[in-house]
Amino acid sequence: MEESVVLVNDLWRSFGARCALDGVSFRATAGQVHGLVGTNGAGKTTLLKHLLGLLRAETGSVRVFGLDPVRDPVDVLRRVGYLSEERELPEWMRIDELMAYTRAYHPTWDASYAHELLETFALDPSKKVKELSKGMRAQAGLIAAVAHRPDLLILDEPSSGLDAVVRRDMLNAIVRAVADDGRTVIFSSHLLDEVERMSDHVTMMHEGRITLSGPLEEVRNRYLRSRVRFVEPFDQPPALETALAMEGGGRTWSVVHSGSLELFHQSVLVLGGEVVESRSATLEEIFLARSGRDRQPAEAA
Amino acid sequence: MDITITLADGVPIYRQIVNQVKYLVASGLLRPGEELPPIRTLALQLTVTPNTVVKAYSELEAAGIVHKRRGSGTFVSEGRSHLALRERRRLIEQRIDALLAEAHQLNFDTEDVLRMLRERRAAMEAAADDESAVET
Repeated sequence: MEESVVLVNDLWRSFGARCALDGVSFRATAGQVHGLVGTNGAGKTTLLKHLLGLLRAETGSVRVFGLDPVRDPVDVLRRVGYLSEERELPEWMRIDELMAYTRAYHPTWDASYAHELLETFALDPSKKVKELSKGMRAQAGLIAAVAHRPDLLILDEPSSGLDAVVRRDMLNAIVRAVADDGRTVIFSSHLLDEVERMSDHVTMMHEGRITLSGPLEEVRNRYLRSRVRFVEPFDQPPALETALAMEGGGRTWSVVHSGSLELFHQSVLVLGGEVVESRSATLEEIFLARSGRDRQPAEAA
Repeated sequence: MDITITLADGVPIYRQIVNQVKYLVASGLLRPGEELPPIRTLALQLTVTPNTVVKAYSELEAAGIVHKRRGSGTFVSEGRSHLALRERRRLIEQRIDALLAEAHQLNFDTEDVLRMLRERRAAMEAAADDESAVET
């Protein structure tokens, strides 16, 4: 029995005429890393802002630690660490002032952890936020998000626009939150390799909807990528059962497919082909197939 | 611990860790009694979620390759000769495949390679004098 830290049920949200969240249900379990994938505008940030009470649920419900973050912001936010995509920080503060300021909100602030991170990142405490480079700003924001050792750490695009070194700092903070304290992490990213490495659970969003969600292993097991060879060439992607996306041409096609392997094999056989090899699809292949970015097969027979 | 993760071929990360630890043990690079890195350390090294390392270590433990000691870490178990025949074959076959490929490149056929294998073996035995340590 897994404890739910976050429970979102049938959440809708529009900005003007644009529907940003279209009936989203989402659950985050304790002690796990939850990766949120999607292209820009998929609704990831909007969903995360609801968890923090920065947006109020128009329809549907949002519960964090069993509480409504809009009604009980204090009890929710003291247990949450958040790094926003824009890394909004008070520009005029020095880093040491930022630490003291953040600490004031968080009785659980771990000063030695904050200090250790400052040293690791080689951040000068006397520097003002507005003087920081993009990477340094992200590091300062990260310390402010993790030093109170939150039960739930929410990172919105933690790697976005960062060099490899700072990106690694971000991911290390996730590892430490889980390994040291058994905390829960939700992070969004458009980098699929990062999500595949860092996530226990993965949720894919596309145009305000959740297209796929579950333990990474289960999600991965549901999809295969097969190479298929036919006797006769095809001008158009051949119609194959359970196929989601195809690449290739002529006699050889690479197909991402799900569900019954037997059905797939049969439909290849019917069209005079054979499956040359099959392997688990990578998260990237699944994502592209699910968001319709790959070549779509013609209507399956 | 020398482990490399690749995401290119669709093999789950925990399975890659399991396979590579098995290989390190089978090849003697990890010896019985040696300690595996703590979960946090390996997770940081590979940049993977710690739960993946937990899963890999549990699987290795279930396979009898490692064992946990209460209050400390995870250690390589005794008796690597208990490695399944299939696993031992797989390891040696990888090397044979590489050898044959290279021999082919250099224009030696399989008969040449077999003859050279015996010659080398004879040379090693001679060098070892009456020590029978080369017995395989």
